[in-house]
Amino acid sequence: MTTLLAVIAAVLCGCGTYLILQRQLSRIVVGVSLIGHGAVVLLIGSGGGRGDPVFVGGELRSFTDPLPQALALTAIVITFGVIAFLLALAYLSWIITNDDDVEDDLEDRFVARGLRRRDDMVPADDLLSGNREVE
Amino acid sequence: MTKLVALPILLPLLAAALSIACGRNRNLQRLIGVVTLTAVTVISTALLIHVDNVGIKVVQAGGWPAPIGITLVADRFAVIMLLIAAIMLLAVLVYAIGQRGAEQRHVAFHPTYLVLAAGVSLSFLTGDLFNLFVAFEVMLMASYVLLTLGGRAEQVRTGMTYVVISLLASTLFLIALAFIYATTGTVNMADLSVRLEDIPSGLRSALALLLLIVFGIKAAVFPLYFWLPDSYPTAPTAVTAVFAGLLTKVGVYAIIRTQTLLFPADTRPGTLLLIVAAVTMVIGVLGAIAQDDVKRILSFHIVSQIGYMIMGLGLFSLAGIAGAIFYIIHHIVVKTTLFLVAGLIELRSGSGRLANIGGLAHTAPWLAVLFLIPALSLAGIPPFSGFVAKLALVQAGLDAGQYIVVGVTLAVSILTLFSMIKIWANAFWGQPHDATESPSAPITAPITVPTVAPISSPRLMMAVTGALVALSIGIAVFAGPLYRLSERAAADLIDTKQYTETVLNP
Repeated sequence: MTTLLAVIAAVLCGCGTYLILQRQLSRIVVGVSLIGHGAVVLLIGSGGGRGDPVFVGGELRSFTDPLPQALALTAIVITFGVIAFLLALAYLSWIITNDDDVEDDLEDRFVARGLRRRDDMVPADDLLSGNREVE
Repeated sequence: MTKLVALPILLPLLAAALSIACGRNRNLQRLIGVVTLTAVTVISTALLIHVDNVGIKVVQAGGWPAPIGITLVADRFAVIMLLIAAIMLLAVLVYAIGQRGAEQRHVAFHPTYLVLAAGVSLSFLTGDLFNLFVAFEVMLMASYVLLTLGGRAEQVRTGMTYVVISLLASTLFLIALAFIYATTGTVNMADLSVRLEDIPSGLRSALALLLLIVFGIKAAVFPLYFWLPDSYPTAPTAVTAVFAGLLTKVGVYAIIRTQTLLFPADTRPGTLLLIVAAVTMVIGVLGAIAQDDVKRILSFHIVSQIGYMIMGLGLFSLAGIAGAIFYIIHHIVVKTTLFLVAGLIELRSGSGRLANIGGLAHTAPWLAVLFLIPALSLAGIPPFSGFVAKLALVQAGLDAGQYIVVGVTLAVSILTLFSMIKIWANAFWGQPHDATESPSAPITAPITVPTVAPISSPRLMMAVTGALVALSIGIAVFAGPLYRLSERAAADLIDTKQYTETVLNP
């Protein structure tokens, strides 16, 4: 049982990592939430194997450890909230730039253009407009 | 006295709820915020005096005894951090009220700010590793909102990076928690400290490193610092100031707490920490030298300064950890002040780009004084607080025989001074630029579009900044008692027995 959970967690984290390395924000959001699920599965798995339900019948010794489940529940709620915020941010980014891609860091773009003198710089507005290949 | 321990967490949370309810009345929101944070400051002061005289205070939430219930622990280190954080939060709130930027425009500012305060307090006080995760999330969630307040294009861009990186770090923290619970069956820090001694040392090292990576991302140490200089400068000035002063230091606090308390002496990654510290210092300061925007320079300096604190921890000696604690106290005050000054510079000249500012020493001499003192302090020039903090660390390093790291700290200090002089020479000397003449020249501040409302009251902002500068001078003047306090806090951290005994067998 625990091995199965570990495998599931590994697959979730693996897929999530692949998605995070993409350029599209929507994929990154999905990737982050997959890794979050993987972590929650690991938390559940950390409680040991299967046991009796808590409080309803069963021996005192054979209970499932309830603490990891409480922790997992907390983690799910928190991750849910953050993912919702992330989605809102991704949507805002799409509205602003009309584009789903992660943009390069502004300074990176300055450096990449090899601009030595500020006077030669393209107006910053062009660089900020999400138009990554201005020129 | 015991009940007071929970108040720095509960008061801001309740006030945040109240603040949302009074959303329409900005003046009432301001009053709630200032009164609450003043109360937290007073409570923290009382706690510090009490804990320093009597000893560690423990609160078991709900009355459940330690390994089962949620524990709040106020020891010297936690309470020192709590007090300095409360003072900074209060000062920056007053500054934000004076600035009337984001604070004026957004209903969400005050409630979110108070939630941030609650999260910061909880991360210092909690004695439970999972609760630390919750505290981080409370704090980070508030910081996401504050960072993207206004929703300008570059805020959204850098906000995405910040949120994704923080979320990944939190997920990694969860995974670490799962491993820790699977190996020991507890998440209570005092209990963990006892039980981890019986775990095979290889497993222990893996857990220690996993936690180090998690908190390393939050604290922005090399090689996990890249998100910081990009995301911090885009937020409103007051927000950047409080982030710069507090958030990364919460990460450093967590590193120091977990590495000293949880893991026995043979698993402590001392050499690794020293290497990381040295590289962090060098990379941060080199990054700062390459920048030409005041806020970005200061952001890179945060990274550089984190290295000093990690170095103090990496020595794992009484003097080293005491130096690190003293350095944190000094750094929080000075860094916050510098960002507040950066905000004043932007207000004055409409831009943070060094190319667009000049001659401020003539047009705003007081601003020059307010910048010069914390800047010299940051570089470690005597007689300011930075000098005392660096001296403590250098002495600790020499005592431990770590000459290479000590050499690096001294070299980095010179480079820090160099980049502070760069700001000074560009912004304060030279020809004054007339801000009203060409506020929107093509290249004006892509990073720092002036977000200043015309009605801001620079006098209040100057007063707050001046008070913080006075505080940093105060740290230098009272360096003796403060250092002895840091030493007592460090002694508590090294001798974990007292902590575990007080928590587990009250």
